[in-house]
Amino acid sequence: MEIDKDFSYTEALVACPECDLIHSVPKIREGEQGRCIRCGALLFVRHKNSLNRSLAFALTGLMFFILANMFPLLTFQLEGQSESNRLIDGAIAFWNAGYWELGIVVFISSVVAPLAVLLVLITLLLPMQLNRFPFSPQFQIRLLTHLKPWAMSEIFILGIIVAFVKLQDFADVSVGLSLIAFVLMVVATVMAYLTLDESALWSRLKEIRT
Amino acid sequence: MTAPVTAKSTGAVSCHVCGLLVSGRYIAEHSADCPRCDAVLHSRKINSLSRTWALLIAAAVLYIPANVYPVLTLVSFGQSTTNTIMGGVIELAQSGQLVIAVIVFVASVFVPIFKIVALLFLVVSVQLRLKIQRRKRALLYRFTEFIGRWSMIDIFMISILIGLVKLQALATVTAGPGAIAFAAVVIITMFAAMAFDPRLIWDDEGERQ
Repeated sequence: MEIDKDFSYTEALVACPECDLIHSVPKIREGEQGRCIRCGALLFVRHKNSLNRSLAFALTGLMFFILANMFPLLTFQLEGQSESNRLIDGAIAFWNAGYWELGIVVFISSVVAPLAVLLVLITLLLPMQLNRFPFSPQFQIRLLTHLKPWAMSEIFILGIIVAFVKLQDFADVSVGLSLIAFVLMVVATVMAYLTLDESALWSRLKEIRT
Repeated sequence: MTAPVTAKSTGAVSCHVCGLLVSGRYIAEHSADCPRCDAVLHSRKINSLSRTWALLIAAAVLYIPANVYPVLTLVSFGQSTTNTIMGGVIELAQSGQLVIAVIVFVASVFVPIFKIVALLFLVVSVQLRLKIQRRKRALLYRFTEFIGRWSMIDIFMISILIGLVKLQALATVTAGPGAIAFAAVVIITMFAAMAFDPRLIWDDEGERQ
């Protein structure tokens, strides 16, 4: 492939993020994917109404996140005594037990980061839906990239399942309303990510600016 | 074989946040910030190999206290049982919860070791300028980066148990010091995977022997 080295920056070519090989941006249809010919990394995805759908899922996720914080996740009963916990109680329990490092880690990965991801998506996509320019899309998109690995709600669900199984052996455990909301929040967040097409995001931002 | 055309070979840099391809001339004349998303541009992750090495050594050292020290203690009706990470898996298996036991074993025992060994292999293979199986190594990196976070299952499980089971004399669960070391292993190996630059696997492809 011959490349004119005199471009300043271009959206017609893209280098694979995992092996640096240059590809010309193909015309692919909605619902299709393009992978790197050398290392197989996913390079392009197109989704129908990407930005609208992602916004809808993010708003749904936020609603369920609020519900997930209002009611108990699990209730535990033994000999007539009972105890239930909310989403945030895991972090608080570590903090109170003197394991403040773990309290912070759990607080960030199960509460702060999942909420921040949803809020960033909404503050980015909602103004665009209303034809306004978001306050700082560059900052918001960078934030989203860095937050992503630390939002661990889906792993928290597995943690809840393991805790549930362990407790069942010697006590009565029941699932709270918030657990259902929490699972639905995770589904909505994953869908918001899957439908978000970043190249559509940048081209829409360019349209709004002009 | 002629050298493949990469961003580096043309003097360009691909933004690690938004993927915009920026030419070397633009960076020289304007700034080293991405014109689209403002992220600082760099052709390869800075000091990728030495940072990955340092984080891997730290993770390997912490892996020992993570598995030797108890992660949780259950006091119930005056009896107390203390579990390490592996002890928790064995207990689950003995109580007949095989599926859950396998999930916890994979997430807490297999994944951390696998990550350390896989990243070590990748770093060494780049340093030895290994020329074979580049695509398989790229796949190994992608897989390693994907599975890393799942080791946090045990930490979340402990956080739920200690928050829920606090009925004084009847039943109380407390966390053990192994939990801090274990969480540190998970987080440090996540940073190690982020520090490694998979493009290094491919950088010498097509070079003269």
